Amino acid sequence: MALTDEKIKDLEGKALDIRRSIIEMLIEAKTGHTAGPLDMTDIFTYLYFIALKHDPKKPDWQYRDRVVLSNGHICPVLYATMAHSGYFPVSELKTLRKFGSRLQGHPHREWLPMLETSSGPLGSGLSQAVGMAIAERIDTGRTGSKQMYCFLGDGELDEGQNWEAIMLAGRERLGNLTVVVDRNNIQIDGFTEDIMPLNPLPDKWRAFNWHVQEVDGHNFRAIDEAFGQARAVSDRPSVIIAYTIPGKGVPEFEGKFEWHGKAPTTPEEIEQVKRALWNVRTLGGKIQSENESA
Amino acid sequence: MINPSQKLNPKIFDADVEQVPIRKGFGEGLLQAGINDTRVVGLCADLTDSTQMNLFKQRFPDRFIEMGVAEQNLASVASGMAAMGKIPFITSYAMFSPGRNWEQIRTTIAYNDRPVKIAGSHAGISVGQDGGTHQALEDIAITRVIPRMVVISPCDAIEAKKATIACAMTKDPTYIRLAREKTPIITTDATPFVIGKAQLMFSPGDASKTPDKKTEVGIIATGALVFKAIKVAQALEQLGKAVKVLNITTIKPLDEEAVWKLAQECGAIVTVEEHQIAGGLGGAVAECLAQHCPVPIEFVGVADKFGQSGTPNELIEHYGMGESHIKAAVMKVLLRKK
Repeated sequence: MALTDEKIKDLEGKALDIRRSIIEMLIEAKTGHTAGPLDMTDIFTYLYFIALKHDPKKPDWQYRDRVVLSNGHICPVLYATMAHSGYFPVSELKTLRKFGSRLQGHPHREWLPMLETSSGPLGSGLSQAVGMAIAERIDTGRTGSKQMYCFLGDGELDEGQNWEAIMLAGRERLGNLTVVVDRNNIQIDGFTEDIMPLNPLPDKWRAFNWHVQEVDGHNFRAIDEAFGQARAVSDRPSVIIAYTIPGKGVPEFEGKFEWHGKAPTTPEEIEQVKRALWNVRTLGGKIQSENESA
Repeated sequence: MINPSQKLNPKIFDADVEQVPIRKGFGEGLLQAGINDTRVVGLCADLTDSTQMNLFKQRFPDRFIEMGVAEQNLASVASGMAAMGKIPFITSYAMFSPGRNWEQIRTTIAYNDRPVKIAGSHAGISVGQDGGTHQALEDIAITRVIPRMVVISPCDAIEAKKATIACAMTKDPTYIRLAREKTPIITTDATPFVIGKAQLMFSPGDASKTPDKKTEVGIIATGALVFKAIKVAQALEQLGKAVKVLNITTIKPLDEEAVWKLAQECGAIVTVEEHQIAGGLGGAVAECLAQHCPVPIEFVGVADKFGQSGTPNELIEHYGMGESHIKAAVMKVLLRKK
C-alpha cells in the first residue's frame, strides 16, 4: 500500500525532528560526523517508522528484523532515530561521545545492548548481515520472515571485505537481505569518484547476482517503493543504491566532503544549522534531490 | 616420572608411540560438538579437508558453509551467525585466520562478544615444506592480546578433541591452535581436561635417581613440543636432574597459580613453544612471574625470525626447538639460579 500524502507529511516532520536531534548531539559533542547522518535521515525515518518489524519496548524480541549499521560513523542518525522511535529517551542523545555514555562514538553493543552489532571499522557489517541471513535460513528455510537490513557507505565499498560478502550473498541467493548504500559521493579525502571510482556501481552489484535498485534517498514515495520491491524479491539479495546529498538540510554543508567527519563547532556554523533546521516546519519540498530521476 | 594422576599414554616413551596430527583431533571433536548441539555450525575458507572440517561437513551439510578463499568474510559472517544464536567454528590455516583477519576477529567477534571458535590449523614451524609464508609463529601473540579471547593450544590429537568439545559449550570467543604434522599421543581419553587448567605431566619421582632433591627446574610447554619437553625431563632424570613439566593447554586465561607455584618450588623456569618467543607462551609466563614470583626464565621458541622450507624436524632443529635445545636451556637456567 502506497504512502498517503498525510503519512509522507508525518514522515517529513519526524525526519526534521531527527535532523534537529542529530545537530544538537553533534554541537554538544563537538566532534563526530555530520554529512552522512543528515543524508541518511529520511531513509532511517522511513525504515524505523514504516518498514521495520520491531518493538522498541522489547528490543530483544526474537522475531524482529535486524538492522546492521556497517558505516558506524553515521551512528548519530541511528541513535536519534532509535530515540525518536521510543528505544530510549531523546534526552539521552546529548550524551553522545561522552565518558560513560551508552552512545559511544562508534556503536558498541556492550554499552547499548539493543544494537545488533558494534561497528566502526569499515567493511565488516555486510558480512555480519550475511551471516544473520544464512543463520535464519538454516533455522526457518527460505521463507524466514525476518529481514536483515544493512547500511553501507559508498566510500566504504573501497574495503575488499564487502566484495567477499557480496559474492557470498549472491551465491547463497539471500532473499531476506536488503542492503542500502548511501551513495552520497563523498569520503574523508574527497569525492568518491576522485579517490577510488565506484561507477558503474549498479552494474557491479548486478554482476554479483544482486537485485539492484537506484532511488532518490530523500523522496519518501520512492524509498517506499524500493523497500517494497526489495522485500518482494525472494530469490536474490537486494541492494538499494540511495542517491543522497551529504549534509542534507543545511545548505552551507550540502555536497561538501569537508563535512564528512566533523561537527558544527563555530558560532557561524551553529547559526547556519539553526537557520536551516529550526526556521522551517519540515524540509518537504526543499529536499528533492537532483538525482530524483535516477 | 610421568605424573600418574594425569593417566597419560603408557607407551609415551616407546619408539613406536602412536602419532596423529593434532588437527585430526579437532575434526573429531567438531563432529562430536555438532552431534551434541544443533547450534554448532562450521565455516571454512577453502581448506575443508586439510583443516579436518570434512567430518562435520559430511555429517551436517546443511550446517556447513563453504566460504571460498575469504578469511575476513569468514570471521564476520560467523559473528553474524552467532548473533542469531549459532555456535560457529571457523577454520583456515592459522596464518590466514587469525592472521589475515585479525581486526575482524577483534571487532566483529571479540568486541561484539560473540561465541565464535577460531581453529587455526598448520600453526608453527612444523608446517614444513610450504615455507615461511605458511608458518604461523605469531598467532598466540595476536590472539591473546584481544580482550575476552580464550587461547587454547592442545598438545596432541586427544587433547584437541576434548578442547574442541569443551569450547563449544562456552560463551567465549576462542582460538584453538592446531599443528599439521603427526604428533605423538601423550594423553588418553582418561586424562582430565578443563579449559584454564594447567596439567603437571612429569615430576621427578624416582628417588634412586634423584635422592633428596627437590625440583630444580620447571619446564612450561605448550602444543606439539610438550612431548619433547617430557622426553627431556625423563633424560635429565636419568642424569640426576630433577625437572617438572607443566602442560599449558590454555594460554589464556593462564593458570597463573600453577605457573607461580611451579616457579616458587623450582626457582627457575624454561618455556617451550613452537612460536615466536615474543608474545607467546613465554611472554605470558614472564608477565605472570614478573608480577608474582620473579625467577630466571629461559625461552625456547623462534627468536624473532621467519621460517623457511624444510622437513619439520630440520626446521625444529634449525630454529632451536629440538630436545637438545630444551636441555641446553634447562642447564643454562640452572646456572642462573641464585
